[in-house]
Amino acid sequence: MSSSAIQIISRSKYYNWLVKNLFSSWVNTILTVIALIFVYQVGSFFLYWAIFDADFRYNFQGELIIDRGFCSKNIMPGEYGACWAIIFARWNQFMYGLYPIEEAWRVNLIYALLPLAIIGILFDKIPFRRYFIYFTFIFPFLAYFMLYGGPGLSVVGTNKWGGLLVTLFLGVTGIGLAFPLSILLALGRRSKMPIIKSLCVVFIEFIRGVPLITLLFTANVMLPLFLPDGVNPDNLLRALVAVTLFQSAYMAEAIRGGLQAIPRGQVEAAQSLGLSYWQTTRKIVLPQALKIAIPPIVNTCIGLFKDTSLVLIIGLFDLLGIGRAALADMTWTKLYYEVYVFISLVFFIFCFGMSRYSLYLEKKLKTDNS
Amino acid sequence: MSTDQVIHLEKVNKWYDDFHVLKDIDLIVNKGQKIVICGPSGSGKSTMIRCINRLEAHQKGTIVVHGTELTNDLKNIDLIRKNVGMVFQQFNLFPHLSVLDNISLAPIWVKKMPKNEAEDIAMSYLEKVKIPEQAQKFPGQLSGGQQQRVAIARSLAMNPDIMLFDEPTSALDPEMIKEVLDVMIQLAEEGMTMLVVTHEMGFAKTVADQMIFMDEGRIVEQATPDEFFNNPKSDRTKLFLSQILNH
Repeated sequence: MSSSAIQIISRSKYYNWLVKNLFSSWVNTILTVIALIFVYQVGSFFLYWAIFDADFRYNFQGELIIDRGFCSKNIMPGEYGACWAIIFARWNQFMYGLYPIEEAWRVNLIYALLPLAIIGILFDKIPFRRYFIYFTFIFPFLAYFMLYGGPGLSVVGTNKWGGLLVTLFLGVTGIGLAFPLSILLALGRRSKMPIIKSLCVVFIEFIRGVPLITLLFTANVMLPLFLPDGVNPDNLLRALVAVTLFQSAYMAEAIRGGLQAIPRGQVEAAQSLGLSYWQTTRKIVLPQALKIAIPPIVNTCIGLFKDTSLVLIIGLFDLLGIGRAALADMTWTKLYYEVYVFISLVFFIFCFGMSRYSLYLEKKLKTDNS
Repeated sequence: MSTDQVIHLEKVNKWYDDFHVLKDIDLIVNKGQKIVICGPSGSGKSTMIRCINRLEAHQKGTIVVHGTELTNDLKNIDLIRKNVGMVFQQFNLFPHLSVLDNISLAPIWVKKMPKNEAEDIAMSYLEKVKIPEQAQKFPGQLSGGQQQRVAIARSLAMNPDIMLFDEPTSALDPEMIKEVLDVMIQLAEEGMTMLVVTHEMGFAKTVADQMIFMDEGRIVEQATPDEFFNNPKSDRTKLFLSQILNH
């Protein structure tokens, strides 16, 4: 077949698709045109605002922007778009909070190692996976040492942590700790032992029945009351406890849904072969149940990752908190759009990543054992 | 003969809430015996054999397997399950594991066998059920008959003395029944003690040395196949046989 023939065929394929999906009737054509106009208007407005007409580090006169007065849009109102200089000027706070800047390499190192620590869990067919998994278990201790400090490293109290560091710390650690806890809760809720079962039911229902904000306040105010005198966990740790408990209750319900979908025959077959409860659970039930539960589990993870921004109400400066602090600074005040769009973009990158991973996993598990 | 006794049920009773499923079941199975159990659905035949490896708990009476009494004691239950294999109507293969892993799982985890050794054993049983070439596939890629043969191999890999079959061919397409029955006949010829719940009367005539007919939770008739098919004593048995043999 000549190349021009291929072109005609492929062109007609697109043409057919367009006609069938976008211009099949008058109503459809009108809707298509309206939608295109809308997308064009909004898209072009945003692109001009965010990129073409925007200031980055320098304004239209070529001056370095050091406060909002230098922003082009404040010099020539109506002519210019976003003034991203606030993000550049505050970059360190967005990334590290008040972490001493000469120690920020420690945070950068952990940011760089984080993908290596989770890659072994996320993908099962990478080379040297076993070593990645070892690293996953070492990583929390390494991260604690590097971030908090210890022998040979100066101590940086968690009250100095902020921005993306706090968001990622609460998100990753919260999800990581909640996962094993939620499996135990889900199994406990289906247990035949009445005390274990009711404990799990009460815990899950209580946590699910209370807003995260309330839990954060409770952890912040009441946790010290339950602990012996002198033990005074810092704010970040209190928030972590609240976030972990909250996440574990939701994840437990997602996992329970998966457990319920496993036919009874699976357990009976395992039992008839002599497998113990824990062997049956680990080898037969959980691998199948977790697979079914992946979409709702990732759903709760995305939810939690965004909900970590609530910690600003107990005085922690996560990404959103740092953004609001930047806006409170008289030098930069009123650049709301820039700050919130930037924060949204960061959250979106992580959440979209999780969402795509979940889709990838579903597809992969479907083809694995057809 | 009592030294050869491997299963002994005495006055076994079981209820599902108010429903009395098993009523005073007495049964003795000797080593090497092949017992075929038949009866209408809901007669309690599946429940009875599921009590023997404690997939169901009985409430009254005693069940002794290999001299070990079945109670709530988990140790006894584990001991009995190691020696009693079971094949289910719905195969119940583990869909997330390959055929080879399905079979080697229990030897590795229950018998603590090294992986290589367990896989060698798994392969030898796959050869015995005549599908060694399917070892790397997943259950979902096999036909029903092949799946059931894998399920039999999976049970055999634990080297049990007794095999329980719970309607092993009822979920199969007719053309696949024979390949499964052939494996079971071969197993019977090798001297396995077998309790088989089935309506395959051809199989029963070939293999069984005892027939049991159950109805409404009771053993109505127990006899040799010759007597059972040619000269049944109870009217209920006669009616049942006329229904399943003349359809």
